[in-house]
Amino acid sequence: MSMAALRRLLLLAYTGVVFAFIFAPIVSTIVFSFNADRFPSLPWGGFSLQWYEAIFADATIQRGLINSLIVAGVTCVIATFLGFSAAYVDYRYRFLGKSVYLALAALPPTVPVVILGVALLTFEGRVGLSGTLPGIIVGHVVLSTPFAMALVRMRLADLDPDIERAAWNLGASPWATMFGVIVPFCAPAILAAIFLTAAVSFDEFMIAWFVSGVNETLPVRVLAMLQGQVSPRINAIGAIVFGVSITLIVLAQMLLGRMSGRAARKKG
Amino acid sequence: MSEPLPTPDTGTAPFTATSRRATAARFAMFWGAPPALWQAAFFLVPLGFLVAMTFWSVKSFRLTPDATLANWTFILNAGFFRNAYVYTFWLSALTAVIASVAAFPAAYTLAYKVSPATRRFMIFMLVVPFFTSYPVRIYSTQIFFSPQGIINTVLAPLGLGPLQVLNTPTGTVVGYLVLTLPLVVLLQTFALANVPRTLIEAAHNLGCGRFRTIGTVIIPSARIGLIVAGTFAFVLAFGDYVAPTYLGGSRPPTLSILIADQVKSGNNWPRASVVAVMMIVTLMVVMLVMIGLAYGRRKERP
Repeated sequence: MSMAALRRLLLLAYTGVVFAFIFAPIVSTIVFSFNADRFPSLPWGGFSLQWYEAIFADATIQRGLINSLIVAGVTCVIATFLGFSAAYVDYRYRFLGKSVYLALAALPPTVPVVILGVALLTFEGRVGLSGTLPGIIVGHVVLSTPFAMALVRMRLADLDPDIERAAWNLGASPWATMFGVIVPFCAPAILAAIFLTAAVSFDEFMIAWFVSGVNETLPVRVLAMLQGQVSPRINAIGAIVFGVSITLIVLAQMLLGRMSGRAARKKG
Repeated sequence: MSEPLPTPDTGTAPFTATSRRATAARFAMFWGAPPALWQAAFFLVPLGFLVAMTFWSVKSFRLTPDATLANWTFILNAGFFRNAYVYTFWLSALTAVIASVAAFPAAYTLAYKVSPATRRFMIFMLVVPFFTSYPVRIYSTQIFFSPQGIINTVLAPLGLGPLQVLNTPTGTVVGYLVLTLPLVVLLQTFALANVPRTLIEAAHNLGCGRFRTIGTVIIPSARIGLIVAGTFAFVLAFGDYVAPTYLGGSRPPTLSILIADQVKSGNNWPRASVVAVMMIVTLMVVMLVMIGLAYGRRKERP
């Protein structure tokens, strides 16, 4: 074997190790959720669905799952609308203070969620939102809007601004142009943004932990279970949670992949 | 949002310039205002409230608006805060360095040694964990390193171990890496893939060795992306609560654990707010310094 081939092999092996470190926790959660043994260790104790049966019989977990689905369902719609609006404003307008406007829309993910959680808790305690599902939704929208904005803005970068101007010159109102040209063009990005923001909300645990009170979401329930002893039920919940969020992310990425693929073909 | 589409307000009259301008203004407000209002109401105001609260006082267990510096003097002089601050900063910086170094060969491989299709797929894979339940991944990591866990089961017959990782600072750093490594590999891959190939080929043609090319051509060209990746790792680790709690055993506590404890059990929100504001200020300073480092010195070069 030549030196170059050996070097390449070593690099590939190292990359494999890095990916193993990243994905081992995900894979093992799913594998051990089907393990009959109480403690997740080797050797494998046989196939079993008992942990799934246990969590589906648990009322607190059911309520957590329902709360999470409600929160994610509402969050993804509001966040995608706000993210689309902010991206369109960035694409279409120039105005004084635009950089402040964009920073306001984009900054929340850079603030640690523990701080957002405390800030929202103290604020929402004053306005009567804390301990409610809308209280969680409000925080999740703040956190996930920038992701929606980024996806739509990427898409709009491929739209020639002259097309909109041509529509106006031909007498179309801005509203007609918006729903006849802009929204259809952005449809894949909007759909991807809905999936991605739903995933962000479905997995968010820190804001929800501070704000939720008795209305726990599923990740908050998981956090509470982590404080107890080792329980294979966490693996079963984890496998379900991974299933949901990985599905959402894969759908979002497939939409984006189709989008960029078509753009590349058009340019080429 | 199914607004009636054409001809907004003028009925049968033709578009006058004023009605057109009014429509345009209303249109702009419809799209421009909601994001700004929402983020102002539920992001800026709560953060402002947090800052204001650092000057409030707790009188007989009740939060009272005040203008006292007592919370600031208490926290800034408290030994537990200083220790937690230094500890959190140090572990986060260490994580940023370890993640950057550990990710580099992988990012190098993804950027230069695999086909574009493979690279796209690997990037696709790396995005997944970032949006995938972090507490469950930490739980799983905890199981790996537990005394009867997989790692110690494998090490024992080899006469190694048992590894004591859980409830140590090492455990915290391992958790921070679970959090940050995918993102760092991703950002480094983008940074390296954007280095012009012609530059690298020129270096090779001029007889520059592999490692010298990496050190003198690739790293300087990709510097902004590499620094951004490391900074993200620091920011994420600095604010994380889960890894230091469940892998580090909360002892010694990090700043996020102090905040959670003060809010959840201590109920001293003003003191928790001081810690939170100190964290935000620290992160802002770190980000400004890193941005300066990434962009600043570049201008000095011809």
